[in-house]
Amino acid sequence: MVYVLLVLFGVLGALSRYSLSLIIHVSYFPLATLIINLLGCFILAFVTRFLIWIPRVSPKLVAVFGTGFVGSFTTFSTFSLESFALIQSGHYLEAAIYLVLSGFGGLAASALGFRLSKILLIKQRRRLRHAG
Amino acid sequence: MLVNYLMVAFGAAFGVLARFSLSNWIKRRWSHDFPLPTFIINVSGSLALGLITGLGIGVHASLLLGTGFMGAYTTFSTFNMENISLNRRKKKRAFYSYIISSYVLGIAAVFLGTSLGAVARSLLGM
Repeated sequence: MVYVLLVLFGVLGALSRYSLSLIIHVSYFPLATLIINLLGCFILAFVTRFLIWIPRVSPKLVAVFGTGFVGSFTTFSTFSLESFALIQSGHYLEAAIYLVLSGFGGLAASALGFRLSKILLIKQRRRLRHAG
Repeated sequence: MLVNYLMVAFGAAFGVLARFSLSNWIKRRWSHDFPLPTFIINVSGSLALGLITGLGIGVHASLLLGTGFMGAYTTFSTFNMENISLNRRKKKRAFYSYIISSYVLGIAAVFLGTSLGAVARSLLGM
């Protein structure tokens, strides 16, 4: 069952990535992959830290969604290929911008996902305490 | 075109299974702070994508193996989650070595892959 869900989520993640890459098109800059990767970092951090504390949401399902959907949605190989292509074609500035935005942006997006889930969880606990 | 989506979907199904299986297999044999499973997956996937690009296979094969399989096999989100986790646990050495080696070797692997692919292409007379 885990494998069936994993494949299902993985296929949906890759198709979402492919569809977005067809829509977002900028010459000389891999904007699609950058947006996909940063969005994925945020979603993975938020989902794994937040949904896991929500009752009636199976932690196993959250893990499979994270590994399957978000893992396949984001990509490291395309990022490496695009960075190399920018360097090889002499677009050094674009390559530097892409590397810096992906590197620091990925860390920031993940940290933001964690932070947001923390804020929401604290709020939720406070509300539960008031209700109780 | 529907066939393009089918290629991506089919490749991704195997890519996600390969990442999950290989990651679990390495995790059982590796107990250090450095996230070796994702590291091996991302660098090997970059090498393979470089090879695919260097060989210059057709559009459909490239969607199947590149966008589908390698895209789903490698992951950027887990890589960054692991970095944040290393940073929170104050594993500075693993944190810096993981980030730097992943980016440097990932791009170097693409270079190696495209070069090997181009050589193979000319040897095979493709």
